[in-house]
Amino acid sequence: MTATTTAPPVPALEIRGLVAEYRTRRRLGGRGRTVQAVAGVDLTLAQGHTLGLVGETGCGKSTLGRTLVRLVRPAAGSVHAEGIDVAGAKGVRLRQLHRTVQLVFQDPYASLNPRMSVRALLAEPLKVHGLHVRRREERIRELLDLVGLDPAHAGRYPYQFSGGQRQRLGIARALAVEPRILVLDEPVSALDVSVQAGVINLLDDLQRDLGLSYLFIAHDLSVVRQISDEVAVMYLGRIVEHGPAEQLYDHPAHPYTQALLSAVPVPDPRVERARKRIVLTGDVPSPLSPPSGCRFRTRCWKATDRCAAVAPPAVDLGGGHTAACHYPALADTPAGNGA
Amino acid sequence: MTPTPPLLAVEDLTVRYRTDAGPVTAVDNLSFEVAAGSTLGIVGESGSGKTAASMALMGLLPRTAEVTGSARLHGQELLGRPDSAMRDIRGRRIAVIFQDALSALNPMMTIGAQLAEAVRVHDRSRSAGELRERAVELLDLVGIPSPAARLDQYPHEYSGGMRQRALIAMGIANDPDILVADEPTTALDVTVQAQVLDVIRRVQERTGTAVLLITHDLGVVAGLADRIMVMYAGAKLEEGGVEQIFYRPAHPYTRGLLAALPRIDRRLARLEPIPGQPPQPHDRPGGCLFRARCRHADPDRCTRPLPAPAEVSAGHLTSCVRVHEIASAG
Repeated sequence: MTATTTAPPVPALEIRGLVAEYRTRRRLGGRGRTVQAVAGVDLTLAQGHTLGLVGETGCGKSTLGRTLVRLVRPAAGSVHAEGIDVAGAKGVRLRQLHRTVQLVFQDPYASLNPRMSVRALLAEPLKVHGLHVRRREERIRELLDLVGLDPAHAGRYPYQFSGGQRQRLGIARALAVEPRILVLDEPVSALDVSVQAGVINLLDDLQRDLGLSYLFIAHDLSVVRQISDEVAVMYLGRIVEHGPAEQLYDHPAHPYTQALLSAVPVPDPRVERARKRIVLTGDVPSPLSPPSGCRFRTRCWKATDRCAAVAPPAVDLGGGHTAACHYPALADTPAGNGA
Repeated sequence: MTPTPPLLAVEDLTVRYRTDAGPVTAVDNLSFEVAAGSTLGIVGESGSGKTAASMALMGLLPRTAEVTGSARLHGQELLGRPDSAMRDIRGRRIAVIFQDALSALNPMMTIGAQLAEAVRVHDRSRSAGELRERAVELLDLVGIPSPAARLDQYPHEYSGGMRQRALIAMGIANDPDILVADEPTTALDVTVQAQVLDVIRRVQERTGTAVLLITHDLGVVAGLADRIMVMYAGAKLEEGGVEQIFYRPAHPYTRGLLAALPRIDRRLARLEPIPGQPPQPHDRPGGCLFRARCRHADPDRCTRPLPAPAEVSAGHLTSCVRVHEIASAG
C-alpha cells in the first residue's frame, strides 16, 4: 500500500445537506427551469461497510452517486470522502480524491473503450497516477487475477469477453489505483442471474480482502439485501428511510418502503401467492414541481393535512433506523394495508 | 390436467438463422403444449431462444430465419402460412405484447385511435361509436382511470405503466385465445410491474385467454404461471407445474438458477453462481447443452445425443439423463 494508508478514523463517506440540480433546456423566450434531482440528503458510510441505495427510475440515486466522483457538482451541501472535501478538492487533493473513490458503471459494454486491449485499459489509470512504473505488467496480471480473470488474456479486447467478464474488467480498472471506496452504479443489473451471482460474490470477497467501502446503487431490492450492511431508500430526491439492512427489510417503517418491498415478486410460488401486495396508485410526480411537505404524500394511503404542510424529518426508530414520515409503522405493528 | 386437447400444440419447432458465419440454431426441436385459459411461463436467460420460439409462432421472425416443425392452434397449423393468412390469425386468435411499449405504440395516433384500429382490422362491422365504446371498455378493463378522457391522449401523455396497460388492452381487443407476453414488465419499475402483473391476472380471469409468459424473472412466473418451461441454448431442459419446478427442480440448470438468485425475504450466506458461459449459438456441442457447466456431467453419457425430455413424475419432464442419480446424490 502507499502513503494514503494513514487512515484517520473518519467515515468513508459523509454526505450533508446534499443538493444536486439540473437545468432544463430553455424554452422559446423563457428561461430554463431547475430540477432538484437530489434535494437535501444526509448519509454516512462507515469504513469497510456497504450502503445500498435503492429507489425507482428518476429518484436521484445515480445523480447522488455521481456527486461522489465529481461528475456532478453539488448545488448545496457537502460530500467528504475519507475526509477529502469532494467539491472543493484541488491539485494534489484532487488527485488523491480520484485515487480514493472510483466509480463502476452499469454497462461494461459502453464504459470500456472497444479499441483498447485489456492491458491498455488497465495500464491507463496506472500511467495517469504514476503507479507501479517498473512493474506495470505484473500489476496488470495481479488485477486480472484479483477479479477472477485469466492473466494470460491481457492481450484481448473487450468484445472477446462475455458480459460478466466485462463487468469484472470494469471492476479491475476501478481497482487499479487502489481506491478505498467504490461507487457501484447498477453493477449487476445488465447480467443474467447465473452470472450476476458470481459478480456479487466477487464484490463480497474484494471488500473483505481489501477493506473497501461500497456505495451500492441499484433498483433490484433482492440484490441489495444480499450485499448491503445498511440500506437507504430514495424517493424524488430525498431519503425516506435508512437503516441496517435486516431491520429495514423485515420491519419497513415508511409507507413507500413498505409498498416497494411488497411489490417485489418472490421466486417461491406458495409465498408469492399468499403475499399481500400494496399497490400504489398514480405515478411519481414530476420532479419539476414536487409536492409540498412529504414528497410521497400524493400516493400515500396514510397522508393527512400535516403531510402537505410539513416535510417530515427523519425520525429515529432506534438501532440506527430512521424514517422520514409523520406516521411511521413501528416494528411490532404489521405492515400497512393498501388503500 | 384435463384430457381435453390442448389449445396450442408445438412440435419439433426449430428456428435457424442464416448468417455470414453459417447457420445458427436459435431454437432446437422444441415441443410443448398450452391448455386453454392457462399460463405457461417460458423462463430462460439471454440467448435461450425463448423469444425466437414465440415469435416463430406469430410468424414475426425476419426472412433470414428458417422455421421448421409444427405449431397448431385449435388444430390449425400456424407455421408456413403466407403473411396474408397469418394476418387474419395474428391479433385475433393469438396476440402479443412486447417489452418496450413506447416503441410498440404509434406516437402520432391517439391511444383511442390505435385501439379502434386494432378492433376494426378484424371486425369491420362496427360503427365509429361502437368502436369508441369498445375502446373505453378495454381501457377500463386494464385499469386506466377515467378511460373516456384518456382515449384522446397520445402515448407520450401516458406514463410507462399506462402505456404497457394500453398495449395489453390492444392485445386483448379481439378476445384472442392466447396472449404472448414477451418480458412484459422488464423495463418497468417494481411498483409499476406489480400493477401490470395485476392487470394480466385480472384480464385472464375476465376473458379466459391463455397466456404465454416469456421472462427471465423467476419471481414473475412464480406468481403467475400454472406451468413452467425452462429453456437453455434453444432447447427445453425442464418442464413442469409451477410447484414442481420451484420445489422439486430436476435439471441441474434449474437447480443452479434457483441457487444463484438473491432473495427479498432473507439474506443467503452466499449465492451459488453457475460457472462458465452458455455455448455459442454457432458452436453447439452434441449431447447435453449444459454439460460444460454442470458438476454432474458424465463424460460418456452426457455427450451422447439426448433422448426427448422424459417424465420424472406426472407432468414433470426433464432432458437430464442422470436425473435419478443426481436426485439421490443431492
